[in-house]
Amino acid sequence: MAIDVATVRKVARLARIATPEDRLEPLAQELNGIMAWIEQLAEVDTDGVEPLTSVVGAGAPLRDDVVTMGGDASVITSNAPKSVDGFFVVPKVVE
Amino acid sequence: MSTLTSLTLKGAIDGLEAGDFTSVELTTAHIEAIEAARALNAFIVETPEQALSMAAASDARRALGVAGPLDGAPLGIKDLFCTKGVQTTACSNILKGFVPEYESTVTSQLWRDGAVMLGKLNLDQFAMGSSNETSAFGPVTNPWRSTASNKALTPGGSSGGSAAAVAADLCLGATATDTGGSIRQPAAFTGTVGIKPTYGRCSRWGVVAFASSLDQAGPIAKTVEDAALLLTSMCGHDPKDSTSLDVPVPDFTQFVGKSVKGLKIGIPKEYRVDNMPAEIEKLWEDGIAWLKEAGCEIVDISLPHTKYALPAYYIVAPAEASSNLARYDGMRYGLRAQGGNLTEVYENTRAEGFGDEVKRRILIGTYVLSAGYYDAYYLKALKVRRRIAEDFDKAWEKCDAILTPTAPSAAFGLGENSNDPIAMYLNDVFTVTTNLAGLPGLSLPAGLDSNGLPLGLQIIGKPLDEGTVFSVAGAMEKAAGFNAKAARWW
Repeated sequence: MAIDVATVRKVARLARIATPEDRLEPLAQELNGIMAWIEQLAEVDTDGVEPLTSVVGAGAPLRDDVVTMGGDASVITSNAPKSVDGFFVVPKVVE
Repeated sequence: MSTLTSLTLKGAIDGLEAGDFTSVELTTAHIEAIEAARALNAFIVETPEQALSMAAASDARRALGVAGPLDGAPLGIKDLFCTKGVQTTACSNILKGFVPEYESTVTSQLWRDGAVMLGKLNLDQFAMGSSNETSAFGPVTNPWRSTASNKALTPGGSSGGSAAAVAADLCLGATATDTGGSIRQPAAFTGTVGIKPTYGRCSRWGVVAFASSLDQAGPIAKTVEDAALLLTSMCGHDPKDSTSLDVPVPDFTQFVGKSVKGLKIGIPKEYRVDNMPAEIEKLWEDGIAWLKEAGCEIVDISLPHTKYALPAYYIVAPAEASSNLARYDGMRYGLRAQGGNLTEVYENTRAEGFGDEVKRRILIGTYVLSAGYYDAYYLKALKVRRRIAEDFDKAWEKCDAILTPTAPSAAFGLGENSNDPIAMYLNDVFTVTTNLAGLPGLSLPAGLDSNGLPLGLQIIGKPLDEGTVFSVAGAMEKAAGFNAKAARWW
């Protein structure tokens, strides 16, 4: 299951990380090295084993469906790269 | 002044209570120590004015007789904890200039109990690293040096700034976080005490997320008692974190100094790894002897899936990271790069804002979660994770706590492992199992190697049984009599 240049290109695109063409081959090699080391997991017998997603036993806690915070747009937008009057300013999405 | 910075946290609080000195004096001494130690690069943001105003307020509280358990004690805060009004970056470029409008639950509890903030501490970028070299602010240098050379050594990672600052007496204690060993390995490399509590003890709210099912906060401190004091303040239920445990928090300091007579201590045979330095093997034997002497019963146990913990971790953690770090899109906060269209803006922002190790892990995480590989990698890793947790469940039928080395080596040179990701990952071979199983683990300094560098031993406890961990650690600290300090060169 070797990772080739096309796979790196696809994964980088999925992860939204711009990756120059000349970095794809070295990255493929690096990732293959790591994944080859990870392959040893295949040795473990996991038939019938439930995946462990959380070490906290309890289910999701519930709370009253009430507003607990909010109402201060200037606080929310204070770290925005660009904002106007409590709104985030983002690049145009729809052509 | 140097006498004030060489105090333990407990010693300092006792001195404040006795009126031997004020928090302003204590804090000033630490501010001066930080200024004189910039060569270590442990603090990336210094907040002396805020520290002095918090110290003055503390002195006023103490004069009124309403001092909290940590009142007036100056601490360092790992730059993964959001601090209101003080830059929080996770040592990344993507968050440079980010000034939170809110305070993390853990730090708010420290301030509630009267502690004073000295500033923000360096770490591996987004806590991804074992040597502090992935920080966008440059690596921290370990205050410890080998007697054989003046080479700059790593303080470990990711909480390298926290560990170095405590070891160099720049603060009385520090916050840290641990996803695969990031509290305990740096503690071992710097001759300090660090504990990762049971998953869910400390709220993750306001802590920059890396791998949410593994991340836990904890302290790095000078002594076991100091660590217990800090952890008691840091723990507690928080409705803002859905995985926060709604259980009472005992005063952990009560367990330090308690007899360990009759406790069963498990020694896992699988932790005798290939190429482990003889000195670490010897230290482990010393630890066993100390506990026997203190009346513990030593039992051999088996944790058969130990060798699969790191490979499983390097699927689970990157998978969660790729999801958690998707939020850095350049829209609501952080860096925004230019691009011809929205996708290019995202891609360029993340290419410029993330370092190489962070990108590597996001790519691995995206790959193992992508269509066609999810079952083969991610689901498989979660099943192996259960096997690892079951290993511990079985062990607890035979013992009350487990003793292991903390790390497979002493501190290594900066740059030595940075070109080999897997060699770097292997630093966490003894610590990562407790993250996967959610168990408490504490590292304490137990001796020096032949080059005069500190080595640590780890105590692993049952879920929510930090008390026993502290009792065992207290007994070992007493037996080890470790009181070496890094010789000052900075």
